[in-house]
Amino acid sequence: MKLRFWGTRGSIPVSMTTRDLRARLRHALLDAAVRAPLGEDDVDAYLDGLPFDVAGTFGGHSSCVQIETDGASHVILDLGTGVRPLGQAMLSRFGSEKPQTYHVFMSHVHWDHIMGFPFFAPAYIPGNKIIIHSCHADVAHAFKRQMGAPSFPVTFEQLSASIEFDVLTPGVPYQIAGLTVCARLQRHEGDSYGWRFEQGGRVVVYSTDSEHQLNDEADRVGIIAFFANADAVVFDAMYSLADAISVKADWGHSSNIMGVELCQAARAKRLVMFHHEPAYNDAQILAVLAETRRFEEITRDPALQMLEVLSASDGLELVL
Amino acid sequence: MELSSRSIGTVQVLLVQGRIDHAHANAFEVAMAPYLAACQGEQSLVLNFSGVPFISSVGLRVLMLAAKQVKTQQGRLAIAALTPIVAEVFQVSRFNLVLRVFDTPDAAAAALSS
Repeated sequence: MKLRFWGTRGSIPVSMTTRDLRARLRHALLDAAVRAPLGEDDVDAYLDGLPFDVAGTFGGHSSCVQIETDGASHVILDLGTGVRPLGQAMLSRFGSEKPQTYHVFMSHVHWDHIMGFPFFAPAYIPGNKIIIHSCHADVAHAFKRQMGAPSFPVTFEQLSASIEFDVLTPGVPYQIAGLTVCARLQRHEGDSYGWRFEQGGRVVVYSTDSEHQLNDEADRVGIIAFFANADAVVFDAMYSLADAISVKADWGHSSNIMGVELCQAARAKRLVMFHHEPAYNDAQILAVLAETRRFEEITRDPALQMLEVLSASDGLELVL
Repeated sequence: MELSSRSIGTVQVLLVQGRIDHAHANAFEVAMAPYLAACQGEQSLVLNFSGVPFISSVGLRVLMLAAKQVKTQQGRLAIAALTPIVAEVFQVSRFNLVLRVFDTPDAAAAALSS
């Protein structure tokens, strides 16, 4: 099983600015200036040695994650703007002559999680099949409305692929696309749902747009059971804990601290921080990652396996 | 949880001792309640954390609630003498940005008295 991240930003897509790019170039040039002249063969090694916030980026697409399984159909979690490059990759790989089946699992239908769908090229190709699984009864309305006039030039009904909506019940395990799938209700305006996927002894939990109330013990116990022994938990770590329980309380998001505590209690193997705050630049996300790893170290039970802490980035591949 | 107190002028200084984690946060909240209730108007409260080796999210929540209560009562609250690990937790959680933190109880008392 492999996770491939196509969009990891929270709430709204963002892009790098000229000012950001110039700062990176300045850093790299100053760093290079104190070294011996670089030959062409040395350049890639030099770039690989630069910090991720200089030579890389966490990206700016909104939520979209792919689970690659042994099965023939494709599994996608949420349809934020990251699904546009995912669709392009599918077209490059399969062309338009080989019909494909896509199983999509929706956390919820807020804009940032559906706005990529009108730009998902496979939806325009006859023969393709797209099944959108959701626990929201109004999921079809949300998708059709965003493509209705005057908001978009192509209506939902004009899409050429076969598109179905499948409303599921949280707490009930289903067999879909070769995976055992179960949803759990999460605290978020309009409700959101986390998803637990199991296949061949591997477990992935996708839990974004979820706020955790520190005084709700029943919810805590339920989440720990939902995360139990996961190989990876993709977790909404949008805010600091201080913000999440004060000025941004009831905004529907969680923190890196909660991610570590819940994953440690659940004995998960990896915490993948996700739904990054759009106001954060790469350096800030990288700093949060370093701090979170230190917090995991501080709170680690030496008798238990360490929790690996990652920060999702657009393009990240994670083999489980 | 036992809290011992002393006064520096109009400032009440509480010495907090022990971990404030899932098992002890409620006891900390209960023990602090009478001191918070008294922290009104010109009164100030300093939490001396020199005896706290660790604080988790539920403990931080108790501090956030305390800060909100004291603010509502127009009192003043500060934390002092964080142990190195707790100082790191404050940094990671950004509680160092929302609570007034001082190196020593005396420094906190002086700041709140001014």
